[in-house]
Amino acid sequence: MNILDVKNLKIWDGSTGRTIVPDSSFQLKQGTCLAIVGESGSGKSVTCRSIMRLNKGSICQSGDILFQGENLSLLSEQEMRRKRGKNLCMILQNGMRAFDPSCKLGVHLKETLDQHFSWSKQAFTDHMAKAMESVMLRSPVELMNKYPHQLSGGMLQRVMIALAIALEPDIIIADEPTTALDTISQFEVVEQFIRLREVMGCSMIFISHDLGVVRKIADDVLVMKDGEIVERGTTQAIFTEARHEYTRYLVSSKLALSQHFANVMGGIALADR
Amino acid sequence: MGRYIVRRLLISIPLLLVISFLTFILINLSPHDPAELVLQAQEVPVITEELLVQTREELGLDQPFLVQYIEWAVACLRLDFGESYVTGKPVWSILGPAFFNTLKLTLVSVAVIVLLSIALGVICALREGRLVDKSVRGISFFLTSMPSYWLAALMIWYFSVKLDLLPTSGMDSLASYVLPVIVIAISYAGIYFRFVRSAMISNLNEDYVLYGRACGLPEKKITKHILKNSLQVSVSVFCMAIPIILGSTVVVENVFAWPGLGSLSVKSILSRDFPMIQAYVLVLAVAFVLFNTLSDIINAVINPKLRNDL
Repeated sequence: MNILDVKNLKIWDGSTGRTIVPDSSFQLKQGTCLAIVGESGSGKSVTCRSIMRLNKGSICQSGDILFQGENLSLLSEQEMRRKRGKNLCMILQNGMRAFDPSCKLGVHLKETLDQHFSWSKQAFTDHMAKAMESVMLRSPVELMNKYPHQLSGGMLQRVMIALAIALEPDIIIADEPTTALDTISQFEVVEQFIRLREVMGCSMIFISHDLGVVRKIADDVLVMKDGEIVERGTTQAIFTEARHEYTRYLVSSKLALSQHFANVMGGIALADR
Repeated sequence: MGRYIVRRLLISIPLLLVISFLTFILINLSPHDPAELVLQAQEVPVITEELLVQTREELGLDQPFLVQYIEWAVACLRLDFGESYVTGKPVWSILGPAFFNTLKLTLVSVAVIVLLSIALGVICALREGRLVDKSVRGISFFLTSMPSYWLAALMIWYFSVKLDLLPTSGMDSLASYVLPVIVIAISYAGIYFRFVRSAMISNLNEDYVLYGRACGLPEKKITKHILKNSLQVSVSVFCMAIPIILGSTVVVENVFAWPGLGSLSVKSILSRDFPMIQAYVLVLAVAFVLFNTLSDIINAVINPKLRNDL
């Protein structure tokens, strides 16, 4: 059963008239992970922000986005806002910039959870602490009293995952969550994503240009180039029998890179996944 | 945080010393002989060499330079700035009341400037490029380019003379504040709201705004976060506006006959009343140092990263 069904999504820049995504349709099956890969500027992030209806003012979109049968395109801004966080949760690329730098982390977490649940202060702390411990963040209460700049990018990324765990959304959209991290943190964060799926059984859209990570985590893959979906299929199929030239190019350049990387790192890191 | 405040305050002490020293030197560098000036101001008909020596002794001008400075600096700490050459009265008894009159006017004006700048900045940033934004910027440009004496004259003509709503001059009641405050506020807020606006607009594109929205936070809360992060530049500007206005109210004070620092300073300079000028310069310089320190402290409260700098 499809939890998300995107039909004829068109995205364009209203101020210049330039089309970013001409006509895109895809489905996300309940409980699976769909990866969207492609080079920078291929329209991956814009597509995902369209699902959340969070593109910047001048960017326009049309088409149907059916979430559990409900058309998100027709909802009022108010109704859409209630879906964000509670039903559709986003995890951003750069943890260092995802939180208000002038607030303690706990402030953002509490604000968000207060928006969707009516928990007491104690219940909030309990839920959040449990979620943070489950992504290997030690002494959560202490962390919640820290400012974003006092934590590393990988830790902040895991705080975002922890918030997603506490929110228990139906779909998690992760926009290049590992790109800004060093290899060690990347490894840990990917582990958490895999666990997140196992524990919560939620559906996930995972945007990345790191094919190593995609191969590890995704069930299905969409390959995007210049705003169009050039290839789609199961992860297995994409990696072994890609039909489109661009996909083959991506996979082969990935292989070349990981071999070089494996040589440099002595074969320990993510490269051989 | 407490540690930061203490250290920041300690740093401003050497600065104050340097400033007081410069103030003292500058006056001493002037080509006029203070003793002669005193005698001229007291309208002594014939100034003899004998009289000059005697006056120098009275004023302590025959002592070594450094001794003069230290004695002066210590006295200044007790608000004893010597006696006016012209009237012979203690400087602070004249300067003090004028200072507080101007301070009152300044603080009310700055409060209005801050409120106006933030309100206009937020409105314009949230409606960037729309009609509201464009008209606010257009009108403010028009108003700030008018000289304040002209604006003041127009206001007096319309509100005081034609409508007879507000007093034309003086500081007798709260109503006297209205016109001078409006004139000062217009010329500053018209510029300062642009700082708030542009900082808000650049913060709107930050990832934390997108993430906040993706978490389902209402726009009101998001605007609050953006505003808090946008105020950093503006806080410095707002804090420095206090000493700047303190030292530049001459025109407005003259137009509205406000018994403050502006008119007093001009009078003192014209009559070469050195102790008065010295005290005026020192008071303003100290105000600059203090409000600069204050703005650093407020910024450290807003931006926790700055606390590690000291």
